[in-house]
Amino acid sequence: MTPGSEIRHLFRLYGQQFKTTFASMVQYRASLVIWMISQVLEPLIYLIVWSTVSNGSGGSVGGYTARGFAAYYLVFMVVNQFTYTWIMWEYEYRVRQGYLSFALLKPVHPIHSDISDNLSSKLLTLPIILIVAGIMALIFRPTASMTLWSGLVFIPALILAFLVRFLVEWTLALAAFWTTRVNAINQVYFVMMLFLAGQIAPLSLFPAWIQTIANILPFRWMLGFPVQLLLGQLTPVQTLEGLVAQVAWVIASLVLLRVAWRAGVRVYSAVGG
Amino acid sequence: MAEPVIHLQDLCKTYRVPEREPGMRAALGSLFHRKMKEVKAVDGLTFDLARGEMVGFLGPNGAGKTTTLKMLSGLLHPTGGEVKVLGSIPWKRERDYLRQITLVMGQRSQLVWDIPAADSFELNRVIYRLPVVDYQRTLKELTDLLELGPLLSKPVRNLSLGERMKCEIAAALLHRPQVVFLDEPTIGLDVTMQRRIRSFLSEYNQRYEATILLTSHYMADVEALSRRVIVIHHGKLLFDGDLAKLVQKFTAHKTIIVQLGDCSADLHSYGEVINCEAGRWTLRVPKDRTARITEKLLADLPVIDLLVEDPPIEEVIDLVFTQGSS
Repeated sequence: MTPGSEIRHLFRLYGQQFKTTFASMVQYRASLVIWMISQVLEPLIYLIVWSTVSNGSGGSVGGYTARGFAAYYLVFMVVNQFTYTWIMWEYEYRVRQGYLSFALLKPVHPIHSDISDNLSSKLLTLPIILIVAGIMALIFRPTASMTLWSGLVFIPALILAFLVRFLVEWTLALAAFWTTRVNAINQVYFVMMLFLAGQIAPLSLFPAWIQTIANILPFRWMLGFPVQLLLGQLTPVQTLEGLVAQVAWVIASLVLLRVAWRAGVRVYSAVGG
Repeated sequence: MAEPVIHLQDLCKTYRVPEREPGMRAALGSLFHRKMKEVKAVDGLTFDLARGEMVGFLGPNGAGKTTTLKMLSGLLHPTGGEVKVLGSIPWKRERDYLRQITLVMGQRSQLVWDIPAADSFELNRVIYRLPVVDYQRTLKELTDLLELGPLLSKPVRNLSLGERMKCEIAAALLHRPQVVFLDEPTIGLDVTMQRRIRSFLSEYNQRYEATILLTSHYMADVEALSRRVIVIHHGKLLFDGDLAKLVQKFTAHKTIIVQLGDCSADLHSYGEVINCEAGRWTLRVPKDRTARITEKLLADLPVIDLLVEDPPIEEVIDLVFTQGSS
């Protein structure tokens, strides 16, 4: 098989998966709406809380005005929507129900169906989130000092953020091979995400030592970094450092993923599914 | 002689499972060091299957059937012995190997629950890189043979168990595998559906010269499908040969069920009376005298209905085990 035909095959696979995902999603219009509400509600709550705080303390907190927070959380909502995955919640179920057995017997790596499923669902929900963000922008009137270059660099930063988040979460999801208590791992992960990705508050509001930790761990590079970049809060040097960190995390998580996948499958084929 | 399609030599699979005594003390103890127990699920299996053979794989629950099928398909790594299918080592799961085999599990589903089976089929077409023309021809054949027509456009979750199973089998065969492993494909299905799936499997076997190994609880499945059966128990081979020989060798009896008006008559002179409920008598008779006793029953008594049955597979296998292990 030449690399060219391999790539063409993957394109066809992704195209077909798009149709499948689309068909599944329209089956559940009600749950789609509920899920969209939750995606919007969370940043909305942070936005309202922080706006109130900033209005109450003389119009700004840590350099953010109420409208600055609006900008931060509206962009955050869109970036979160673009990068988020549900794989960590699903893997244990797959291992337990035997779906993984079928996936292992297919002549293609199971990660491809997850990537394409994820991208497909994004393609369908992103327009809706953008419309919601637009409406909210009319209400909360965000301000930011965006520049052309930061807007342009935002695109690759967003794609890298998606890759980091997808690869890290896919790797962690493999814990299901070793334990039936993946929920505990997930809880720890999402608490760290809450603080270190810039979710509960922009990272610049945290003490310096937490910011240092955030720079080392992957969370910031999945969410906070592209948000700050688009809002024009980063210097070119900080931007470059961020992109390097993202690429480093993509490479590191790819290596980890390969190691964990091989070890996990070895465990699976030792004990059976 | 042609090389066998499936080859097992002293195949073993030992699971290590944590062992713990009941009670608090043991629970605390297991926090620090877990005692592991070794369980031999498959214990030195040896057999070959030639191209185009359809073989029934029998044994009670926990005999190691599923474990063996999983090792053959490549899901499980053996702990000893040798296994080769189509010249490949299954657990390496090389793509060329996976394209030539399939595994159907009666209790598991590969179809996407929320969408019509046709959409899952399309996904398999792309995954297995099937040329559209070939795919459509196979799909049409499978649709005709399994009578899938109206089912394909319904979401899988709305199908009955039997309908879903037919779609599962079709999904597993779209890439026309040369080797087919089926684990309890008819479990929980009604008799009509079992029969349909059986006739389909034998049609598939003949049409494509596919090699098929299937496990089942139902004697009817095995009788209809395979001349050769392999029986295992505690992971060991008990019998490998002609089904007729198995039944002959291990069962010397048939069951006659006679419907009379009531239970007042005395049928002890005809054979061993198992029971009688509402005039429905169940007799066990020596196999070679079945015809004569049936004739006599019909001549002597006001028989409303009469049925001659082979003992159920459980009984045959039970006999195989008791005689095999002694």
